[in-house]
Parts: sequence; structure tokens; C-alpha cells
Amino acid sequence: MPLTDLQLMAHLFRRAGFGATREELEAAVAKGYEATVEDLLHPEAAPPVEEDLLQRYYIEAKESFQLDGAQVGWVYRMINTRRPLEEKMALFWHGLFATGFNKCDDPRVITQQIRMFRRHGLGSFRELLVELSRDPAMIYWLDNNQSRGDAPNENYGRELLELFSMGIGNYSEDDVKAAARAFTGWTLAATLPRQPYGRFDWEFEYRPDLHDESEKTFLGETGRLNGEDIVNIIVKQPSAARFIARHLYNFFVADEPQVPAWSIEPPRDPQAIDILVDAYMQSKYDMRAVMRTLFLSDFFRSEKAYFAKVKSPAELVIGVTRLVQEFGVPKLGLREVALECRYMGQDLLNPPSVEGWHTGKEWIDTGCLVERINFAAQQVRDLTKPGVQFIVNRLRAASPLSPEGFMDQCLDLMGPVAVSQETRNALLHYATLGGELRFGTAEEAHTSAQRVSDLLQLIVASREYQLN
Amino acid sequence: MAGKTINGKQPTLVVFQLLGANDPLNTLVPYSNPLYYDNRPSVRIPEEEVLHINNEVGFNPNMRAVKRLYDEGKVAIIQGIGYPNPNYSHFRSMDIWYTCEPEKVSSEGWLGKAIRDLDPKGDNVLTAVNFGRGLPRALSLSGVPVASVAQLDTYGVLSSLSGAARPMAMETFTRMYSGTEAGDEVLRYMGQTGLDAQKGADILRSAVGKYASTVKYPEGNPVAANLKGIAQVKFADLGTRIFYAAHGSFDTHASQMPIHAKLWREVDGAIDAFFQDLREHDASDDTIMLIWTEFGRRVKENGSGTDHGAGGLAMVIGEQVKGGLYCSYPSLKPSDLTQQNEGMFGNLRYNYDFRGLYSTVLERWLGLDAKPIVGGTFEQLTFV
Repeated sequence: MPLTDLQLMAHLFRRAGFGATREELEAAVAKGYEATVEDLLHPEAAPPVEEDLLQRYYIEAKESFQLDGAQVGWVYRMINTRRPLEEKMALFWHGLFATGFNKCDDPRVITQQIRMFRRHGLGSFRELLVELSRDPAMIYWLDNNQSRGDAPNENYGRELLELFSMGIGNYSEDDVKAAARAFTGWTLAATLPRQPYGRFDWEFEYRPDLHDESEKTFLGETGRLNGEDIVNIIVKQPSAARFIARHLYNFFVADEPQVPAWSIEPPRDPQAIDILVDAYMQSKYDMRAVMRTLFLSDFFRSEKAYFAKVKSPAELVIGVTRLVQEFGVPKLGLREVALECRYMGQDLLNPPSVEGWHTGKEWIDTGCLVERINFAAQQVRDLTKPGVQFIVNRLRAASPLSPEGFMDQCLDLMGPVAVSQETRNALLHYATLGGELRFGTAEEAHTSAQRVSDLLQLIVASREYQLN
Repeated sequence: MAGKTINGKQPTLVVFQLLGANDPLNTLVPYSNPLYYDNRPSVRIPEEEVLHINNEVGFNPNMRAVKRLYDEGKVAIIQGIGYPNPNYSHFRSMDIWYTCEPEKVSSEGWLGKAIRDLDPKGDNVLTAVNFGRGLPRALSLSGVPVASVAQLDTYGVLSSLSGAARPMAMETFTRMYSGTEAGDEVLRYMGQTGLDAQKGADILRSAVGKYASTVKYPEGNPVAANLKGIAQVKFADLGTRIFYAAHGSFDTHASQMPIHAKLWREVDGAIDAFFQDLREHDASDDTIMLIWTEFGRRVKENGSGTDHGAGGLAMVIGEQVKGGLYCSYPSLKPSDLTQQNEGMFGNLRYNYDFRGLYSTVLERWLGLDAKPIVGGTFEQLTFV
């Protein structure tokens, strides 16, 4: 059965953002799918998040040297952004160009990198790679500040090719060495001393005296190549197109095997990868054009992609928080919400290594699953939260409801969430215990609201709710 | 189950992390060394308060139970522990201790690897239990499940559903996760994981009910609550081999004297109760506790606290431990401290690599091959 307009719109917002409220979805359906995609692709047309407001409540979101504060800032943005795709692209690039607090030790430099992803995430991939190579956090993370003409450090050169643009098997060790030499001199400016005013932001500096000016051969091209030349050569490689296409597919469409297996495992949908590769090449590496192709494609809109991904912790946490609509303004408790991503295995701004997080079913183990279920249940059980009240009110308006109607409406208003027949049977069995859902008398209304709270908790506890 | 046995029982390792870098100088105080008092005009333990263990060093006065255990010969102190090229970032240094990788960023924890070696097929979902939220990287390894318990008596899925609704809700949960109709491999995997989590949680919670003890753990002490949880799980014989807990923050850049004292009172009180409890339950001979911190603190105080240092202090406590001082106390002479060209001036030099301590515990206590876990061969100590 093809997806309904509402299902498709919910799918789009889960993937291109962090989910939407029912009212937002209904408005988007009225506007139409293609027009909505176009809106998403132009975040600059929507107002930015008012960070001033956040900082009045959470000064640490901007100034702290602690990771938690920076995480609060990003989570608040993800919850409240009117530019969902801008934030989702930033998260995508963060996973791909994984740079971690554990080495950089200053959350502000990583936040600075995320800000760069917001600016360039939907632009030219060429410019993005140049910006990445100039990014202070990245330079420190992969030791490019230690790389000099007479002693090149290969860390950045290697990961640029292996993890950030082409993937293993598409270049030689000599290419790694040439790339490393070309990026010598791309370093950090000396920082002002920490005392007495505290830390200053790190800045990029190009040092010609540390750069290796000599001739290099990279992927068959020879010349006095500098870093930007390396990027120019990379982005036109078919291997780079395929690599980015596969990452996009894995993040936005359906879970692929883990990245290290890509050289041996074929893509789940080779045709889809071809379509994205074409869009990349034809648009001259324009991510906005590639994303347009992706969201308008049949493979994205097909049932095969529907709930074909395991939610990342950020998607789960932000999705539930948006559903219950509690943190539209900063308030106490936001830090605890932000930390949930860490407890579930996605410590934002602090990925486990340069390979980023393992995704798909690797998000799930016994400990993480318990955290996911309990967090989501804790949120949806609370009848005072606006998003939960909204669901209760819709049910009240439709009441009296048979147990099946009660369950179906809950599943619908929570997503819509698609569940297997067996999950349906289990939920229906539970919904049937209390008989019809009625709001006639005050006592009925009280009991029914509690039943809604209980059923919502079971829905978020389901396996299907772990999918995006 | 791999590894060796002790008195027919499987040895258990409790790893306890002092978060934020504990000050070694105010933990094992070199009270006979004038350089200590010269560098510490206010962030100091006066000689008369030190719990002397010999005529050179003694414990912080808030470590009475540790001192008593030391006197009984149950505490091994590893002085001057660290690694080459000290890193002064908490996170990076913790990571180095978590993964035994001083050169690169790795996601594989040393205890994660130990768990895999102890239980290669993953037969027991409770081979390792962490007390706290989120998993320290030490325990993290792809495919190795570890239960992370915030609170033992309410641990499990849907802890938010209580009262009359709970039994039926849990039955519904089991039904939802038992469904096999979904052809999807991911849903099947998730089904098994959910049922495992529930099973593990039921078993873990049952440990609370089975537990009886005359030992009173200090109230309002989070360390004590976690160590009590460890004792409860340990006594329930669930096959758990590795426990993990942490406390802090020991990052005492300011107001060190009151903060450090309170932290050690909490840790000391909890350790006191825990080891009494182990003795009462005939479990003291198969359990050791390894206490570590990511680095030490600056020799010279900053007026109210101490900044990040290098060489630190670790301890191993247990009935089977040969107590005493291991390795040597790092020199406090200015010329012996780390120098500016080494990244930071004025820190204690390490003289013993922490990977040797890990190797000792892995091989001599757990009976595992340490080399692949810590990434090399390091000098082992003889405390077990």
C-alpha cells in the first residue's frame, strides 16, 4: 500500500529534521510535498533560533568549557529550530567528519565546527572540504598543526581520503603522502595566553614557511599542489561521488552496513546510489541539489524506506521532546534531556573516534535500549505536557472510542507509527482491558487520560518506535 | 567462562574511578618532605593530622578505613603511576586509561576486551555491570553488552509504569518483543535485545530481595549506594565478574581542602562498609577493588586548589592483596618535575606505566592474557 500523504510527510520530517508536531504535519500536507521539500532546502528563508533567550537561562551553553553546556546548546537548537534540514545536515556532517571533545578539550571549538556545517552543509561539497581543512578543531583533532614541510604528519591527509571523501581502496599510499604534504602549513594561529581572560577561540592560519612547495603527484595529477588543489581533485572523483551518496543514503534513506564493510558489501539499493551520484556530478557537487534529488526520489518516498532506519539517540531524544512540546522555551531539565543522548550512546560533540558512531542496529544494546524506552516513556506519560494534552484532547473529541479505535488513534497521533500485526495484537490486548475510552464524566475523563498515558508509554516502548 | 578460580570461586574485579584527577600529594601525604609544605602553604595536610604509615608518608585524615585496611595488609598503593607524554586534558587522559591507546583515539575499552575474553560467546548479559548512567569507554566494545544501572531496585524497562498497570504493561512488553512475524533482521535482533534486557533487569532486581546484611552503609552517600548495589549483585551469584563505579569530581582547582575531604570521607565510608559486607558474606577472598584516576595534580598549589598534574596514585584493595607501597614516591625536587618543554612545568613524573597495573590485574587476578588487551608487555607488580 502506498504511503498516505500524512505518513509521507511525517517520514520526510523525521528524516530531514527531528520530527514534527501533528499541526505542523497537517499544515505541510496542505502545502504539498514538493513545496515542503523546497522550504526545507532553503533554511535561510526561516528565522534562526534565538540563542539569546537560551543563554539567559543556560549561560554555560555558550561560555562553558564543559561538554554538557555545549550539548545543551545544540539540543535546544535541534528542538526549536525552524530550519530542520540545516540542523540535520550539521548532525550528518558531524557523524561523517567526527571530531571529538575528548581530544580538543574545548567544546567551543567543536561548536564552531558545527556552526560551519550549518553554513556550508547544504552548499558545495568542494567548499565544505576546504572549510573542513581550515577548521581549527579538525586541524588539532587530526594533528595537522604538527605537520610541516620537512616533517609532514599524515593523519589528516589519510583520513581526508579514507573517512571523509573517497573511502579505502580508491587511492594509494603515495596519494596519502602527497595529500599530507599539500596540507603542510595549514595550521593554527598561536593563541593568546589563557590568563587572565580565559580561553580564546582558535583560528586557522596558513603558514607558507611550513608548507611544502615542491611538486607532488596526487591521483595522477602533478604540480605544486596545495591543499585546495587536493580538494579540487578529490571532489571530481567518481569514488567521492559514490562515497558521499552512500553516506547520504545510510543517513537519510535506509540503514546500510557499517562503513568499514562498504568495500566488500554492495549498496542496499545500487540504483539509488547511481541517482545520487548523477545528481552530485551534474550539479558540480552541490549538496542542495543532491538533497533535492534524494527527497523527491521514488526510493526515498517508497515503503522500502519507511521506518527503514534505527533512530539515532539524538533522533529519538529530540523527536520525543518535540512530540511532547515541552522545551519550546528554555527551562530547567534541558540539561538532563541533553545528557540522555550520551546515556544512549551518542555523546554529541564527542564521537568515540574519527570513524564516528556506528549506526543502525548498533545503536541498540541492552543498556541503551533500557535508556531509550525509559526516557521516551517518562516524557509521554506526563499528562501536563502540551504535546500529550494535545493527544488526549484529540482522543476526547473523537470519543467514545472502541479499544481498537483508541489504539489506532494513539498510533496515528504519535507518528503515525507503523507496527507489526503482533505488536498491534499486544497493544490491542492491553487497550481492551479498560473497555471503551470515554470522557463523559469527570471520573471517566480522569481514568481515560491515565489510560492514554499508559498506552503511549507502551507505544514508545515498542520495537517499531525505535525506528525512524 | 574463561579465567582462573580462587578457592573454587571466580575472581571478581571492582573498578572504581576517581573522576576529575585526585590529588596524590594530599592522598598519600609526603609529610616528612619539606618541599611538600613549601609548595603547599594552604592546600596541605598538617603533619599531626596525617595517618602515618611510615616515617615518610601517610594517608589523608579522611581515609581512616583505608588506613585500617592498609594496616591489615590489604591495600597496595601504586605510587607515581602514569604514562609517557602526559596529557593534561581530563577527557583525553581518561580515554588513554580507558583504551590503553596513548597515541590514537580508540573506541575499544580495556575492560570491554576483558569481558569478551571472560565470556567469549556472550552467554551472560551480566558478566559486567556498571553502576551509573551511560557507559564509560573502559567498558565499551562493539558486541559486548554491559548493564548500566542507575538504581538497582528500579532498574529495567518501563520503570515509569508502576502500581496496578505494571504487571499487564510488562506482559504487553514481552508480547511486543516476542513477536517473530516481522521478517526484518533488525526487529528480530531488537526483540532479543529487549527480552535480554528485561531478563537481566529481573535478575538484577531480584538481587535486592535476596540481600540481607548486618552492615550499615552510610546514608546519603552516593558511593556507598553504588558499592552496596555491587555487593547485592555480587552476593546474588549472577556470574558478574567486573563491576564499575565512579565518584567525583576530584577536579579541585579551587576550595580543595573542604571538597577533597568530603569526597574522601564518602569514598572511605563506602569502602569501609563494602569490605565489611564482603567479609560477612564470605566474598572477600575473591574480590579486589582497583581505584584509579586519570592523572595527578600540580605540586605547587594555586592558593585555593591545585591544577592538572601528571604522575598519580592508584590503589588495589582486597583480602588477597599483598598490601604495601609499590613503586617509588615521585621526587618533588624542582629539577625532577616535568619541565615546560614537556608540555607543563611542575608536575610529578610517573615512574610506572598504568598498563602494567592493568596487566597485573588481568593476568594474575582474572587469569587472562593481558598483552592483546593493553597492547604490549609492561612490568607487572606482585601485589596479587
